[in-house]
Amino acid sequence: MVEMVSRPYAKAFESFAAGNPDILCLSADLTSSCEVDGFRDRHPDQFISLGMAEQNMMSFAGGLGLAGYRPFIHTFGVFMYRRPYDQLMASIAYPRRKVRLMGFLPGITTPGGMTHQSIEDISVMRSIPNMTILETGDATEVESICEAADSIDGPVWCRVLRGSVPRLFDTPIKVGEMRELSSGDDILVVTSGICTEEAMRARSALAKAGLSIRHLHLHTIKPFDSKALLDHIGSVKHGVITLENHVTEGGIGSLVAETMADAGVGKRLIRLGLKDTYAHGGSRPYLMRYYGLDALALVRGIEDLTGQQFGITENDLDSARVEDVHSLVKAEAL
Amino acid sequence: MRNERTTEEVALGIRRRVFEHSMRNNGGYLSQACSAGEQLAWLYNEELKLGAPTLPMIPKPFEGVPSPSNPDYHTGAGYNGPATPEFDRLFIAPAHYALVAYATLIEVGRMAPEGLEMFNKDGSSVEMIGAEHSPGMEVHNGTLGIGLSTGAGLAYGRKRRGEAGRTWVFMSDGEVQEGQTWEAVQAAAHHGIDNLYAIMDVNDQQCDGAMSSVMEVGDIKTKFQNFGAACIEIDGHDLTAMRDAVKEKHDGKPLIILARTNPFHTMSILEERFPRLHYVRFKSEDERARMNVSIAADLGVEPVDYSH
Repeated sequence: MVEMVSRPYAKAFESFAAGNPDILCLSADLTSSCEVDGFRDRHPDQFISLGMAEQNMMSFAGGLGLAGYRPFIHTFGVFMYRRPYDQLMASIAYPRRKVRLMGFLPGITTPGGMTHQSIEDISVMRSIPNMTILETGDATEVESICEAADSIDGPVWCRVLRGSVPRLFDTPIKVGEMRELSSGDDILVVTSGICTEEAMRARSALAKAGLSIRHLHLHTIKPFDSKALLDHIGSVKHGVITLENHVTEGGIGSLVAETMADAGVGKRLIRLGLKDTYAHGGSRPYLMRYYGLDALALVRGIEDLTGQQFGITENDLDSARVEDVHSLVKAEAL
Repeated sequence: MRNERTTEEVALGIRRRVFEHSMRNNGGYLSQACSAGEQLAWLYNEELKLGAPTLPMIPKPFEGVPSPSNPDYHTGAGYNGPATPEFDRLFIAPAHYALVAYATLIEVGRMAPEGLEMFNKDGSSVEMIGAEHSPGMEVHNGTLGIGLSTGAGLAYGRKRRGEAGRTWVFMSDGEVQEGQTWEAVQAAAHHGIDNLYAIMDVNDQQCDGAMSSVMEVGDIKTKFQNFGAACIEIDGHDLTAMRDAVKEKHDGKPLIILARTNPFHTMSILEERFPRLHYVRFKSEDERARMNVSIAADLGVEPVDYSH
């Protein structure tokens, strides 16, 4: 059974930021929801409450950057780029301010529905010059996200997981690299964020079916090491399948497609994720099943790619984690 | 490097330069020179504590946008001197006042007159809408409403570091239609950012015409005060009033000076163009010629020979 870590960001941010005079913790009225309430209480001199006013917060952070600070902005990801997109562009991205944008509740990890689900943020951020994009997929990556983000000479967009987070990896994020989780030679599976755990759930069933899977996990989405990906694509016989907690336009599916097209790779690619649709409110397992973001969706995608039926059902997949959506550790309530 | 000339002389010089430039180029931001001449002259010639410029008197051409592959990138802030703790900083929030701001830099000896010849020319850093890399600019303010927030962030950071220098934002009244302006004021008040200063050119004009016809904004002095700022309203062409206004006590609050101005001040013929004063492009050779003679007389100069 996979180890679950409770609120890894809370501890990681505090141990990284506390006592560093150039790091400031900014929040827009979602302080406990972004797990920095303890930091606020214990280090009030490093905490700036900016209220429900994200446009000001983005430009204010740009001004702090101009004064030599490295602000970590905490709010739900969706609130950090939709309304204040102009401010993000003009006050942070263009001038390459060292602002660390800690976006919580990526994709369908919230039951909050359309207004709370950042489903196209990676697409938006990939098209912003000077932006770096990191995404966490497990507790170890959440624990190392602050240090990774703060190593960047410029703005950084981070998709951060909160609450109860599984530990899948034992090494921290190394910016610019990718994790090779299995080294098969039939099919290349590329995942990021919470979808990596789903792909790992399908691993043993696919192995039993005789498929040799090469599995990559992306924590660094921009900048991206195209050459490493092309080497992996060259190592598999059939093709590539991507799975992401994001729309398939502009996310890692697009990233892989562009990499293949630029290099003239003729293999097939199947992109799984939100297919040109909004999601609605519901639990994470329900939404991942409903929108085809889970392990079973990946298996069906692989069947499509190989033209074979493996007879794999939900019962054959490693047991899904049971999550209590409304538990204290995973305070979905705003 | 101030007080070599009176602020009245600097304001007149700004208007003469903007007038000459607009005549030669068949249009320009004339009205902004009318309304803001005293404010920018006062800031640069008297009020701001600035060091000597760190960038060449004749601006360098455009040298690329900020990117990891452009390590030598710098902003145009060096025309305001070094960004060291003791000195003030200034943002021109309505970046379309750039022509007036560049004319001010020339009048106070921070940029060579050749700089204005580069205005809005391809490959030049002296851009029509002041960019970060344009002379005297430190941040992009072309989208109205972001200047005061950025100033608040910088001022907060500087106060935290114990720096004596103030952060000033030159604003325009149209910006009060943007919600972000009010977000900025409430944040500056909440955090006691009293080293933040703004002077706003309240000329009652915006791109579509008179503000009252586009979007009525009401009593902005009371609104600013209710949002937590110290706010004082003056005649924006009265330098004595300006000097007194900045002495207003504002402990724990940003100070916002509303400079009520006349968009035709010193160029009375511009009233013919009311209510479309945002950018005056001459409609005919006849209009250009009449304005040339009239404004030249108002400003005490010969009409501009723009025929060549």
